[in-house]
Amino acid sequence: MSSPRNWREMPQRYRLEAAKCKVCGKIFFPPRLICSACQAREFEKIKLSREGKLITYTVIRVGPSQFVDQVPYAIGIVELKEGVKVLTQITDCELDKLSTGIKVKLEFRKIQEDGAAGIICYGYKCVPA
Amino acid sequence: MREVAIIGAGMAKWGELWEKSLRDIFVESALLAIDDAGVDKIDSMYIGCMSSGLFVGQEHLASLLTDYLGLGPVPATRVESACASGGAAVRAGFIEVASGISDIVLVGGIEKMLDVSGDGATFALATAADQEYEVFNGVTFPGLYAMMAVAHMEKYGTTRKQLAHVAVKNHHNGSMNPLSQFPQKITIEDVISSVMVADPLRILDCSPITDGAAALILCPVELAKKICKKPVIKIIGSGHSTDTIALHSREILCELGSTQRAAEKAYKMANKKPEDIQLAEVHDCFTIAEICVIEALGFVEKGKGGKATEDGLTALGGKIPVNTSGGLKSKGHPVGATGVAQVVEIAKQLRGEAGKRQVQNARVGLTQNMGGSGGSSLVHIMEVL
Repeated sequence: MSSPRNWREMPQRYRLEAAKCKVCGKIFFPPRLICSACQAREFEKIKLSREGKLITYTVIRVGPSQFVDQVPYAIGIVELKEGVKVLTQITDCELDKLSTGIKVKLEFRKIQEDGAAGIICYGYKCVPA
Repeated sequence: MREVAIIGAGMAKWGELWEKSLRDIFVESALLAIDDAGVDKIDSMYIGCMSSGLFVGQEHLASLLTDYLGLGPVPATRVESACASGGAAVRAGFIEVASGISDIVLVGGIEKMLDVSGDGATFALATAADQEYEVFNGVTFPGLYAMMAVAHMEKYGTTRKQLAHVAVKNHHNGSMNPLSQFPQKITIEDVISSVMVADPLRILDCSPITDGAAALILCPVELAKKICKKPVIKIIGSGHSTDTIALHSREILCELGSTQRAAEKAYKMANKKPEDIQLAEVHDCFTIAEICVIEALGFVEKGKGGKATEDGLTALGGKIPVNTSGGLKSKGHPVGATGVAQVVEIAKQLRGEAGKRQVQNARVGLTQNMGGSGGSSLVHIMEVL
């Protein structure tokens, strides 16, 4: 993980900063420069709520190298109150008791680290509410 | 726009080709296509390849491969659209011939994936997903397709066993393809008792990692009629569409919008309907993918893909045989080569050269090639003249 790459995404990963189109109201996470619904280019910065429900999920049994020490771990797609969907790990849960539709909340958590001397990357994970 | 024909199709054996380099793997299949067409000149070349940079540390592939194929100074371009790179190269070659810019175009696809470790391959393949908002959080491609499977099962009642039917069918077909990486026949029991990768997908729901290449020779139909000694295959439809790269940004998680839109365009250009298609090669990177794809192509209603597969609709001898080659699942999935190899299979079938897996009286065939979790799709329709 390069430091500019990690630093650039901090507003989204730490604070769930999103962009709301000033013309049609569509919300984008992460923010973007042009609205894909109405092509407007003016946005208002908003913070997403941390509450939502689980739409779909899986349990990763074979993980990428930065995550091998975490397997098995659950990953899901969560629809937040605003209608925005995010992909996130599901943690502090019993893997065999997960089901779609459950209420979850997003918490600030460590996501991955780059070896003993590299960057520690933080972001959001969801937990059953 | 000129009409475009396929006059050459070549593919050498796929698998773990430790002893062969990327350039030799490519040249071997390209020569098969050139010999098949019987042409002595090539005007231009397109190469589909997803990630030679990450897999073997080599970019600038178009020039390297033109040189090693002995084509000297002809123009050559590498095309990338993740696992749909091969299909995108077919379309680029089609457009170049149709436009009149070149007469004889070689379209190749190549991926050499086994020079890196499993971790290295997972890393390279993951670049087809959203690095910052999917991969960063620890998801893998089996994980993304697993979430599509859960959504499909929940919405339509698709069963674990129906997923397994896709793998069993494709391995059965692949057992009759001498070029397959994994020609072993498997059973439903084998699939549902194999190692779990990402619930509910198990290892036998997943396509393998493969070294391999495939190539085609395209030219105007008018020229093909003069020089081609075999039945002339015409590309009658080409459709291409994109979708969000991130699965979670899509409205419906178990539908492949890019495939549906690419198919609509290809059907319109070809003046064909789904019921006119007699066989298809589709992107079964995971068992659930084939189920979603046959729905998006309009072969079956939405939600009926699992049941139709279980009922044998897509088996050899069924109404629309799908993945007669063995598909990605059994034949292998050297990502950049896949979309080209699909067209090779349809060309062989339409010419009546498919051996034991031949579909009788096949005249119209379709290919569907897809990048990532469906962020890009290409559909081509071919007819024998």
